[in-house]
Amino acid sequence: MNTKTKSVWCISILTAAALFSGCETGVPKGALAMSPMTLESRKMSSRKFQTKDEEKVIKACAALLQDLGFTMSESSVKLGMLAGYKDRSAVQGGQIAGKIVMAALFGVNMAIDANQKMKASVITQPSKENPNETVVRVTFQRIVFDENNQISRLEQLKDVKYYKEFFDALGKSLFLTANDI
Amino acid sequence: MNRSKFVTLLVSISLFFGCASSSDQLLKTDKGQVELRKMQSRVFDTNDSEKTLRTIIATLQDLGFVIDKADATLGTVTATKLEGFNLVMTVSIRPKGEKQLIVRASAQFGLKAVVDPKPYQEFFTSLGKAMFLEAQQVD
Repeated sequence: MNTKTKSVWCISILTAAALFSGCETGVPKGALAMSPMTLESRKMSSRKFQTKDEEKVIKACAALLQDLGFTMSESSVKLGMLAGYKDRSAVQGGQIAGKIVMAALFGVNMAIDANQKMKASVITQPSKENPNETVVRVTFQRIVFDENNQISRLEQLKDVKYYKEFFDALGKSLFLTANDI
Repeated sequence: MNRSKFVTLLVSISLFFGCASSSDQLLKTDKGQVELRKMQSRVFDTNDSEKTLRTIIATLQDLGFVIDKADATLGTVTATKLEGFNLVMTVSIRPKGEKQLIVRASAQFGLKAVVDPKPYQEFFTSLGKAMFLEAQQVD
């Protein structure tokens, strides 16, 4: 083995070792700081209801999550907190079409999304401005797994339609109007 | 490179990465306990546990977390942030004397404990604003 071959071997082994050990990444800067989007996001995911009966509101939220197919995983009435999850299919027509095209053109078996764990968390609290109102905030996120059971997406669901639909249903079950905060 | 050299190389690499069992991670801390506790804790001038826990929950929600668990008796809140990464945070409170509370936050990013002080500083700055109180260092 000449010197050049030796150095190529050495570099390859070191690179492989570095990749094997994994990259040292930490918490992204700003991940735990308030941003200009914070207020907008709070408004989207919160509504206030004209009642000071926080327990009644949280019970209605629990019933709604159950209606929506969530399994309750945690609750604390004292702190106005509810959490639930549901496991559902994540298969999308577009991805199946993409998989077929990739297989036909390049003979590649592309892994597509297969299932997802969706999480919801509801927090209730008495309004700071008006003690006769209760503020409800709901947040959703999901973990998507592909066909190889590898995580393909970790995300908070930020589409306004989910929040609007949730609060419309909650308003109906409370016989109250959901007002913007 | 002959076979024996190759085997020697493989053995050297495996020794280089150590032979400790991965289960030894169970009671391992990545930094000194005192140093870690100091970086993860702040004192607030309030003795209202419930209000503090509710503010912690609201702050975590503002920061994009989904609340997984909350226990008023234990004084703990656990939440997860998913944004292309998986950041899990447990925040606990305990009284310090009669008029103060110690808030401690510990985070896990992916498969690693967060031992960098900066994310904790960011979190306590956010929490301090929401509490309308200054987050003081623990003595």
